[in-house]
Amino acid sequence: MGGLDSSSMETDLDRPNIEEYLTTETIREVPKKLHLSDLLDISPTLTEAAGAIVDDSFTRCFKSNSPEPWNWNIYLFPLWCLGVVVRYGILFPARVGVLALGWIVFFAAFLPVHFLIRGHDKWRRKIERKLVEMMCSVFVASWTGVIKYHGPRPSRRPQQVFVANHTSMIDFIILEQMTAFAVIMQKHPGWVGFIQKTILESVGCIWFNRTESKDREVVATKIREHTQGVDNNPLLIFPEGTCVNNHYTVMFKKGAFELGCAVCPVAIKYNKIFVDAFWNSKKQSFTTHLAQLMTSWAVVCDVWYLEPQYIRPGEIPIEFAERVRDMISVRAGLKKVPWDGYLKYFRPSPKLTERKQQIFAESVLKRLEEK
Amino acid sequence: MGNASAMLTQYDIEEVQDHCNYLFSQQEIVALYSRFCQLDRTAKGFISSDEFLSIPEFSLNPLSQRLLKMVDGLNFKDFVAFLSAFSPQATTQQKIEFIFKVYDADGKGRVTFKDLLEVLRDLTGSFMSEEQREKVLGQVLEEAGYSRESTLYFEDFMKILSKAGLKMEVEVPVD
Repeated sequence: MGGLDSSSMETDLDRPNIEEYLTTETIREVPKKLHLSDLLDISPTLTEAAGAIVDDSFTRCFKSNSPEPWNWNIYLFPLWCLGVVVRYGILFPARVGVLALGWIVFFAAFLPVHFLIRGHDKWRRKIERKLVEMMCSVFVASWTGVIKYHGPRPSRRPQQVFVANHTSMIDFIILEQMTAFAVIMQKHPGWVGFIQKTILESVGCIWFNRTESKDREVVATKIREHTQGVDNNPLLIFPEGTCVNNHYTVMFKKGAFELGCAVCPVAIKYNKIFVDAFWNSKKQSFTTHLAQLMTSWAVVCDVWYLEPQYIRPGEIPIEFAERVRDMISVRAGLKKVPWDGYLKYFRPSPKLTERKQQIFAESVLKRLEEK
Repeated sequence: MGNASAMLTQYDIEEVQDHCNYLFSQQEIVALYSRFCQLDRTAKGFISSDEFLSIPEFSLNPLSQRLLKMVDGLNFKDFVAFLSAFSPQATTQQKIEFIFKVYDADGKGRVTFKDLLEVLRDLTGSFMSEEQREKVLGQVLEEAGYSRESTLYFEDFMKILSKAGLKMEVEVPVD
């Protein structure tokens, strides 16, 4: 009958339902005979397009909702002004001072250790790790981070990776202050890139480049090698591949889930009470983002370390990734959307359009036969 | 950041409302403005093709290229007028007018067999051969009393589609 395709879509409830977004509006339960009006009536397709123009779930993931202004009456406004003075005039300089001091102490200790203590590699790396953790704590203090950690702290064991949802680069700093993780990062330009190259190399970092197509395989090999090394720091991966606004999660890339080792999920939820920690990389540079954090009262967030997960027999990596995404989303109170985070940078694959065309073409041909 | 209506005066809202034949409420126009500003990332006053195509749901629509030609470079007033055909208040005639415009790509007021073929090609891609498409179109045209050589005008579209029970509505999310 005409509804063949729609019924097979409805049973696919456990898989990431991209197909929900290739809606069944294009298939209608109508009399079998094909008329001119059926072909001329493109209203379902047009409605989908207009619906996407008016509102779409992908853009929603990256929207920073502006906070409700609360300082609009004569009583609260002077209070707010006083707050601004305190934040910009007292807190900000103090924090910049703390940060500068922290950097000085860090480099004073790190550089000699890094270059001079050769031969006692184990000790050197231990000290460097502690220094990086200290530096991250200084960072967190510089924006008055109020962070609650829940769950058992990560332990150093081989054959495990940590995955977390991604909101801003400060996710990494928040997690790093508790445990020195090795991390996979997109190579950035500027002073961030400099820090990446010099300091993060010491905790063990893997670089990737979104724009290189062969990159995924190279990175996958590097990850595998890392997880097998006994002495390496535990690896932290952000499977979303991009920063999302902490209300939604986008689809997890399966790279971290096909390594055959334990996956430890970490859920991070920011409380927007004082500041929105979402880093909209298209709108702000990291420096501006940091400045915004440093001129607000505090950054409040919760971190949950969840139970390590293993791939189940018969489960494919994508399903495993979705299961872990589910755990993290539920724990942090985030909504799931079936989009790939990389759609921020690239167009969707033509296969999705072709799928729609296929559905329509098959229904037309079927109805032609029904005559 | 203030909210969008701070940038749109009451006068602007009324002007836009008039331009779209009062098919959207003032709240919907404010919401659409906020969406327009979100899509027009570089604040040019119009949304470029690239910015439309960065909406994945739009990009994967088979008719996206046709619609892009209609909506590319429109300012906010015309953008709202473009979307007004999808308002629940729009009449069937207004909806059919929109559909006719999608078919009539060169804007000459007539739709030929070639135009019908092109749209069908967009909708079916490589899953129907050109012969199959011509055959199907030819068949349904004949059955409706036309032929391959016929030219369809707006009145013809009205005749064919009025009874089809068109459902072409989009909800504007109002905060």
